[in-house]
Parts: sequence; structure tokens; C-alpha cells
Amino acid sequence: MVATMGSLAIRVENLGKQYRLGGFSTGYSTIRETLTDAFLSPFRRLQALARGQGAIEAAENFWALRNVSFTVAHGEVVGIIGRNGAGKTTLLKVLSRVTTPTEGRAQLFGRVGSLLEVGVGFHQELTGRENVYLSGAIMGMKKKEIDRKFDEILAFSGVEDFIDTPVKRYSSGMYTRLAFSVAAHMEPEILIVDEVLAVGDMAFQEKCLGKMSDVAKAGRTVLFVSHNMSAISQLCPTSILLEDGRINFRGPSPETIGRYINLMQLTKFSQFDRRQDRRGNGVLRIKRLYLEDESGRELEVAPCGAKVRLVLEYAGADPGKTLADVAVHVLVANGATRLFSLLSNISGDLFQNLPPSGRFICSLDRLPLMPGNYDLHFLCYAGRQLADKIFFAWPLVVGDGDFFGTQRLSNNRDIHGSLLVPHTWTLDPRRRGQEDKEED
Amino acid sequence: MDMSEVPTPAQLPPEPARIPLTITSDRSWSRLRFREIWEYRELLGFLALRDIKVRYKQTVFGIAWALIQPLFTMLVFSLFFGRLAKMPSDGVPYPIFCYAALVPWSFFAGAVSHAADSMVASANLISKVYFPRIIMPLAVMLSGLVDFLVAFTLVIGLMAYYHLVPTLQIIWLPALLLLAVVTALGVGLWLSALNVQFRDVRYTLPFLVQFWLFVTPVAYPSSLLPEPWRTLYGINPMAGVVEGFRWALLGTAAPGPIIAVSALFALIFLITGLLYFQRMESIFADII
Repeated sequence: MVATMGSLAIRVENLGKQYRLGGFSTGYSTIRETLTDAFLSPFRRLQALARGQGAIEAAENFWALRNVSFTVAHGEVVGIIGRNGAGKTTLLKVLSRVTTPTEGRAQLFGRVGSLLEVGVGFHQELTGRENVYLSGAIMGMKKKEIDRKFDEILAFSGVEDFIDTPVKRYSSGMYTRLAFSVAAHMEPEILIVDEVLAVGDMAFQEKCLGKMSDVAKAGRTVLFVSHNMSAISQLCPTSILLEDGRINFRGPSPETIGRYINLMQLTKFSQFDRRQDRRGNGVLRIKRLYLEDESGRELEVAPCGAKVRLVLEYAGADPGKTLADVAVHVLVANGATRLFSLLSNISGDLFQNLPPSGRFICSLDRLPLMPGNYDLHFLCYAGRQLADKIFFAWPLVVGDGDFFGTQRLSNNRDIHGSLLVPHTWTLDPRRRGQEDKEED
Repeated sequence: MDMSEVPTPAQLPPEPARIPLTITSDRSWSRLRFREIWEYRELLGFLALRDIKVRYKQTVFGIAWALIQPLFTMLVFSLFFGRLAKMPSDGVPYPIFCYAALVPWSFFAGAVSHAADSMVASANLISKVYFPRIIMPLAVMLSGLVDFLVAFTLVIGLMAYYHLVPTLQIIWLPALLLLAVVTALGVGLWLSALNVQFRDVRYTLPFLVQFWLFVTPVAYPSSLLPEPWRTLYGINPMAGVVEGFRWALLGTAAPGPIIAVSALFALIFLITGLLYFQRMESIFADII
């Protein structure tokens, strides 16, 4: 495979996919609907023309994908990220031939295997063994190939004892493990994977991720869609950012992820002024919140274990007035779980004599968070009254880093937890009991 | 077993394909990809096997149902049409006259019904993975043939019971069976593709199958019709199949030109069905 490195694996040119809103997209139609549509649509068109809406067609269609062009070399592992509805799955569906594009074309040089869902083709009534063969064949594997890998698939799934039991008697975990095992043993030259790693228990997820990285290391071409930024940055050197069906950016994953975070911020976490869920009397308002490194450079992704500063820019309601007795609270959370708090009046004292605008800075020597996404909430008190409060104010993205300086930290939050605590381990050759005896 | 081991080059596919797979919006009518269907023949086999295994799971009689259904239809027909209505049966005992026709008919009715539902029943598969969609109705044909073979054993039993010795014409049986398959596939392709877009098919189907049974000479002989109507009867290809089966097995009068008309119309069903299916195939995943 090394020899073919650099040659083209995927070439996508001006790819576009249009879906029709109404009628088709709501599911199936009946002949009656089609007939009434056929009879009524000329009248609707006339009405629309009378109202000056010539482009009624355009309103009913939408482009899930438009003008998408890119190439992927053999052996490249490319992540595809973007918000929900940005066109990621549509792109994968077109490339795996589940659906046809409306315009443009794509060329794939090599055997393609796609994994848009785990357990495709499994039938409840059939046994595990029968399903392995059926699902393998559906994913394009030959019977001989499945015969050869059967033991390996079985070992990977860990459901050996139940392989001749109908899968309807399986627990959902067993079912998923077996289903993923079959998929993991496909050996295509080009692998197209949708967000399927979020299955099974944590240990199995890690196993799947390991398998994925083996595939990547084995020199195969991989397109990998995920919302898990840590998995993306771990597996894919470069990524494509999709936004509204178009390519927004393509480049090294850390940079692409940064842009993705920016996009998220621009919309969901946009200007605090527009937030409807903001509370407080407003004598003081936080204008902006961000992380910067030691040199004052703003960080899109904060490396785990790095020396960082959390900055909150504020402005008072009355520019002529200084504020007193001010406290800032920042809560670091992971969804509904609060991990720790940064409380200015507990770790220090209340701020006094504040100018009408300025920056609160909270310095952290070593960012104690595992790589991943977190949420920041903030509260601000002035004169012992709540002045400003926004929950889920900012998405904190922590990237790979070396918290302990040992380069041994795995970044699996699901297994090791989210928080990192500085600590040291030592070895004492004596047992406690021995110690006592010697003293006797 | 060490799962972290990187596959050795020997496990990799031998060499990358040189001709790229090109995906475009092209929906031309000419591309009937028989070669691709051949490449997916193993999947076809597995799906047919699945259909057979699943169809009679958790039933007491299992695959015997393939025999019980035409048998009981034959008993009812023999009583009402044979005994009471004194329906002519081309000089052979009415029960075998009727059963010899019911066996290909049951295949046709079952294959058309299952094929019509095959796309919708696999909606999840179709929206998640690529394979030539025609594999689905094709697999239905294969599994239907297994039912056919089971039901056919009773034909042999009945022939022995009535001391009917098969003639040399029996060698035409595979060709007649092929005619039934072509007809069922043609109709099945139409209905399965229509069903994806119009679920009305689901409600039309039982009525359609019943209606088709009445216009097929299963309970009565086509010799009731004078020419040229009898030949035109072949527009329903199942008329040719059923009369052909009786001729090949029981040595009734040769069906004559009705077979040619049937073969022609079976081909028309198949070709138009293939074209329509092919045309709709590319949007199945979007509208299913």
C-alpha cells in the first residue's frame, strides 16, 4: 500500500444533492396525493405567478450538498465534521452509492466499504452465525472471506457462547458488539464511516476506536464522520469542515476543529447580548469570555495540561461609575455534570474599585481537563447582588496535551474520567505489618 | 488474541482497482448492470436463504405450509367446481387437473406478493447500504422456488395415485417454470418499485392476486373459450404457464399458440418492469 501512497483514492467534483421538501421528504405518498398535486399544481403555479413568486420550485427544494469538490490520496485518513444538517451524512450516502447525486460526480479508485450504521442487515429471527454471514454479504464481503475471518470476528465480539442463538434473544450490548465486529472486519481499500463508534459500552467503544486506528495505520483510505472531536484529532491528520452543504474549510485537523468551534460559537454561543436566558441586574455585564495562552494569544482549542488564562471582558452599565464588592464565578461543566468551579471571592477576595470596563483573568497552571468538549457557565456579583449570569455561555474545547509530562496520557474521558489531578506515585518495599514488627 | 496488531500486507486486497467507480447523477435507461448482479450473487443466495429460514420460523408445520396451502385450495375447488359444478377437466381427474395448475399459481401469487413488499420491508437496508436493489425481488423468486419444489412433490404423489404416467413432454417443465418466474419477476419489479412511492400497492395487492386467480385457468380449462379468444387469453402469461404445466405433466391437449402469446407478454412485463425499476432505483433511498 505504501507504493500507492500519494495516488488518488477519491476525487469529488462539484457534487450536489438536492432534496425535495414537502411531498417526498415527509415519507411516502399515496396515489391520491400525487393525483391531487398533479391537478392542483397548475393552479398553484398560476397563483404564485400572479403574486409574483415565479420561483416556487426553488422554495420547495433544498440543497443538502452543493459544489463540493475535494480529493483524497490513497492512505489518507480524513475527518468530516460539521453541525447537524451540514451535509456530512448526505456526502457519505452519495459516496457509498446509497443515494445518487443531483449534480457533479465522484470517482472512487478502489474497493469501497461503507459503514453508515451498525447492524445493517441483521435479522432478529436468525442466529448470530447466520447474521454474520448475511450482514457480511450485505457489506460486500465474500463468503470465503467471512469463513476465513469468522473466528476473529467471533473473538472480537465476545459472544462466542451465543453464536447459535437467534439475535432476538441477545442483549442490546451483545447485538451491537457482534454487529460492529462484522463491520470491523471488512477490508476495503476505501472505508467510509459515519458516526457509528458511539455504540456499546465504554470498553467496547475504546476497542472500536483502536480498531479504527489500526485500519488507518494499515494504509487504507478512510473518510470518518464524527462529532467526537477527540476521536477526529486522534485518527485524522486532516479534516473537512462542512457548513450548509458546502466545504467551509479543509486542512490540518486541529485548525479545522478550531474553525468548527468558531462556527458553533458564532451561532449557538453568539453575542451574550442576544441571550434570552441571561439573568442579573445588569450593573455589570460580561462582554466576552475566552481562553488565552501565556503570551496572550486567544486559544480555540486549549491543550490539556497547558498553562492557560481564562479571560472575561466586562463593562459596567454606567461608564462614569466604579464598582465595588465584585465576585466572578466560572463553573466548568460537562453537560449536566459540574466538574469544578473557579470562584474569585473564595480563592481570593472580592474585587474593589473596578474601572467601568476591563478584564477578569483567571490563571490556571495546568488545565486539569481531559481532551474533549466542556461547557462554561459564569455568574458575576456586584455589591453582593447578582449582576450577570449565563449558563452554557461558552463551549470549552480541550485538545490533546501532556498533563503529566510523561506522554502516556490516553485521552479517553469515558474510561478515565474528565478531571486530571496532579499527583505522584512512589513505592515502599515494606508492608505496613512488617514495619510494625521491626519496631517490636 | 491480540486485536491491536496491524493487518499484514497479505491480508490487504491484492491490488487497487484501476478503473475508478464513478458516481454521477446519470440515470440513463440503458445501464442494466447484469455484471454487477452477478458479482452480488452470494448476497442473493444469503437473502434467499434468509427468506426461507425466516418465513416458517416459529410455525408448527414449517415448510409444509408450502404444500398445505395449495392442497386445501385444491380440495375446496374439487368439491365446488369439480363435484358440484361439474367443471370439465380436459379428461383428467379434477383434483390433479386443479393441483397441477395450483402449484405454479401458488408460486406466482407468493412471489408477486413478497416481491411487491420486498423493497419497503428492507427500507432500513436500502437507506443505509448499497447493493443492486434488484437483488431483493430476485431473492424472493429464489425462495419462492423452494416452496414450489415442496408443493411439487404432491403432484408426483397425485399422479401416482391416479396412475398417470408422465410423457416425454415433461422435459418442457423447466421452460414453463422459467416462464412463470419471468412473469412473477416482471410483475414483482413493477409492484415493488411502485410500492416504494405509493403505498397504495399494499392495499391493492390482495385484490389483485385474487382477481388474477379468477382470470387464470386454474379451476377451469381454457378449452372453455373458443378461438381466437383462447389464444388472446395468453395476454395473461399465467394462462400459458398453467395450461403448459397440465400439458407437460398430464398430457392434456397441447396448448398451442397461447404459449407464444404468454411468452411475449411475460417478456414485456419483465422488460418494462426492469426499466421502471432501474429508473426508480436511484431515488429509492430518498423516498422510501
